[in-house]
Amino acid sequence: MSTPTRTPTGAPEHLTGPGSGGVGDDAQRPDGVLKVRGEFAYGSDLWMADMLWGVTLRSPHPYARIRSVDTSAALATPGVSAVLTSDDVPGEKVYGLELADQPVLALDVVRYQGEPVALVAADHPETARLAAGRIHVDYDVLEPVTDARTALGHPTWNQVHDSTAEVTELSRESAHLHPEGNLVRHLKVRTGDPAPTADVVVVGEYEVGMQDQAFLGPEAGLAVPAEDGGVELHVATQWLHVDQKQICAALALPPEQVRLTLAGVGGAFGGREDLSMHVHACLLALRTGRPVKMSYNREESFFGHVHRHPATMRYEHGATRDGELVYVKAAIYFDGGAYASSTPAVVGNGGTMGIGPYVVPNVHVDCYGAYTNNPPCGAMRGFGSVQTAFAYESQMDALAAELGMDPVELRCRNAMEEGSATPTGQVIDSPAPVAELLRRLEAMPLPAASGDGEVDLRDMPGGVSNTTHGEGVRRGVGYAVAYKNVAFSEGYDDHSTARVRLEVVGGEPTATVHTAAAEVGQGLVTVEQQIARTELGVERVVVHPKDTSVGSAGSTSASRQTYVTGGAVKAACEKVRAQVVARAERLVGRTVPDLRLAGGAVVSDSEDITVPLADLLGDDVLEETLEWRHRPTEAIDPETGQGFAHVQYAFSAHRAVVDVDTELGLVKVVEMACTQDVGKAINPQAVVGQIQGGTAQGLGLAVMEEILIKDGKVRNPSFTDYLIPTILDMPPMRIEVLEYADPHAPYGLRGVGEAPNISSGPAVLAAIRAATGLPLTRVPVRPEHITGT
Amino acid sequence: MRLTCTVNGTEQHVDDVWEGESLLYVLRERMGLPGSKNACEQGECGSCTVYLDGLPVCACLVAAGQAEGRQVGTVEGLADPEALHPVQQAFLDAGAVQCGFCTPGLLVATHDLIARHGRPSDAETREALAGNLCRCTGYEKILDAVRLAADRMAEPTAGGDR
Repeated sequence: MSTPTRTPTGAPEHLTGPGSGGVGDDAQRPDGVLKVRGEFAYGSDLWMADMLWGVTLRSPHPYARIRSVDTSAALATPGVSAVLTSDDVPGEKVYGLELADQPVLALDVVRYQGEPVALVAADHPETARLAAGRIHVDYDVLEPVTDARTALGHPTWNQVHDSTAEVTELSRESAHLHPEGNLVRHLKVRTGDPAPTADVVVVGEYEVGMQDQAFLGPEAGLAVPAEDGGVELHVATQWLHVDQKQICAALALPPEQVRLTLAGVGGAFGGREDLSMHVHACLLALRTGRPVKMSYNREESFFGHVHRHPATMRYEHGATRDGELVYVKAAIYFDGGAYASSTPAVVGNGGTMGIGPYVVPNVHVDCYGAYTNNPPCGAMRGFGSVQTAFAYESQMDALAAELGMDPVELRCRNAMEEGSATPTGQVIDSPAPVAELLRRLEAMPLPAASGDGEVDLRDMPGGVSNTTHGEGVRRGVGYAVAYKNVAFSEGYDDHSTARVRLEVVGGEPTATVHTAAAEVGQGLVTVEQQIARTELGVERVVVHPKDTSVGSAGSTSASRQTYVTGGAVKAACEKVRAQVVARAERLVGRTVPDLRLAGGAVVSDSEDITVPLADLLGDDVLEETLEWRHRPTEAIDPETGQGFAHVQYAFSAHRAVVDVDTELGLVKVVEMACTQDVGKAINPQAVVGQIQGGTAQGLGLAVMEEILIKDGKVRNPSFTDYLIPTILDMPPMRIEVLEYADPHAPYGLRGVGEAPNISSGPAVLAAIRAATGLPLTRVPVRPEHITGT
Repeated sequence: MRLTCTVNGTEQHVDDVWEGESLLYVLRERMGLPGSKNACEQGECGSCTVYLDGLPVCACLVAAGQAEGRQVGTVEGLADPEALHPVQQAFLDAGAVQCGFCTPGLLVATHDLIARHGRPSDAETREALAGNLCRCTGYEKILDAVRLAADRMAEPTAGGDR
């Protein structure tokens, strides 16, 4: 950790820092012991003696009309309790996060390979699978649309700089996927001179493949029918209340009859924002009157959640001879796949932040999200910003080369800082140390050159496959910087709810924190405890199970929970604390201005007052529940994109060092270095963990991770063929964490999780370009892109 | 079929096992031992790593019948109840646990690695753990945990049961 250069706001110093278990400490996670003992109950671990297993029959075709479905043979299979189709969905037959356009079970048309068509419940998962195979679906197979620009009627880049292109009309004419047309959203950013000119112009086209979240814990949960005719669902998810809302609509049940509890979540990364088995398990449980467990295997998981949008992008950068950016024009196409999911918000991010953390006076961006017959795409860590970062950072390198400038120098010269205006006209009103992040990376020592001393194959591209002893291996170094909005944007009422209780249990003052905020592995449960310890001065903090018996916490996404749910917990603690202090003042009979809570007591520094909470509270329970909101954002202008769209930005930068075997096209990432401003590290160890993990996912997209699609069909739905980085692929990392407080945020903190996932991949790509001298405009980079064979 | 094997030192008898079931399924769904994880069920991720007669294997790739009469060791058997093995403690202390789904398999694989190598070099650790996928940590803190556990286990005073 580097030395904080500004003091964070709001945190009482004496209750924070190392060893306190409070804010700023490397407090250990409360679920850690269970997890290392194998006793933590993930969604797929749930079990009841009389439970059934549910499985899903999915469409083999990316686009087809369903003529008929015959379930009789499946129903006749011994051990089968129920077979359901869309006819058995009692309520709304379509659902969705932002637009309800996705069938719970296929209606008359399937629009992607893997679309759920029918469900089976049986006494053994293999019986259920066998029976699902006996469901006869008669398909009329149709020609799929598998390219976003084709779907929108943009076969060429002609429309790129033509602001008058009537995209909606074009897509309506070819609207055979969705009745309203194939355009999900078109976002325009217009600022400055519409026809700018510049001394130096670089144009590039870029492509980003479809990435998978590849969380290890599969989609899973257990639905239990309740005596009141409702259902209890235990499920691994990211936002209990948005699930509940959609489940209620599908089941035609009120919220009080659909009660959700968070099961253990084995990673999420955006892939659990949309419903997967939620409604399906509830339908089967309500039909059979028995608990139903569903747990996808890995292949089904690839079909069972949305992916990161693939993108095609064209950028034009204009600059002065001495490296000042004059304008950026960009056309960004996101392939949203068959259903909307969170494509509108992904387009929002891609468009508003699509030129990177730079100050540019003239900006013209068109960002599109389209329906196709590819798998649905939605949320993944970095959310619309990962794709554009590959393009804008590649452009900055291309511009630097054209200008004969150092790439870091060019970036620093145009870097945003506090007080800068974004292309959407928002003045950044908290620290934005973009240049410093880059300069700090530059100052870090570089790793030793390969081939110094004896060759260790394990350090070579290709490793112990013994493909080179250094022949044809070239080193490259690349830099990238990125930014990302934190929390929900564009006027969304983004809030969280916290209930905090303080009482004496077994003689010990104990706080209980109850929120519905999903813990997905990132350590929010630890943060909740740390905040309560700091604010209430107690050691013992219980994190109540996450469920819908308390109000919504909003989604565990957009790097927002430490900020928003953390803010809610802090505010609820403050209300409880006010009650405690008032009691203490009643006890001493007067007002004492500096009363505070520490060490399980109410104390004063100026006077000799120590009132143990155990004495002060007795058998009383103090409880406060509140909703907490960050300051509001606003919708952007539909024609110009101008507006206060984002509440906070997170900034990170990476330097990648790679060795490339230029003869075989193999890449060995030698080292990753990262600098990130986190405002205030609530749990420094967890912050570093987020940076390391995010870096790995960005590296993965740069060099190996892609869902390969041909004619709308997924060709690699397994961990055999979809590769994620192993411990051999990941290099050592150097990390510097800066803490420049955001005065608007609780403790000055900044959301952490996504930024490092955005800047790492472009740095790796830049390093491979530096090593090879190739333009490399597509990720993931494959060996043949390097060898040209 | 009926399956009899020893799991974490206790003899287990399970009836009505379908021949197509894996050892992983039987552990998780029939023996009440869900600690070994079902991340890929195709031998790629290592989350279900268990000892079979002392050798680490992917339980998802072992047919249940192949475990007949053999010794199985899972994450649940690494330490006594109420205690943590130094490898488990090191994963906690190093911050190597995030979502934790890879953790049981990594613990067994690390336990085996340290038993064989004592204090493995980073290169040896990377080779030994290359079959265990983790999606959360980027592996840096897993390497920290292995070093920490190996150091602690090499020092008799700070050790614990090995």
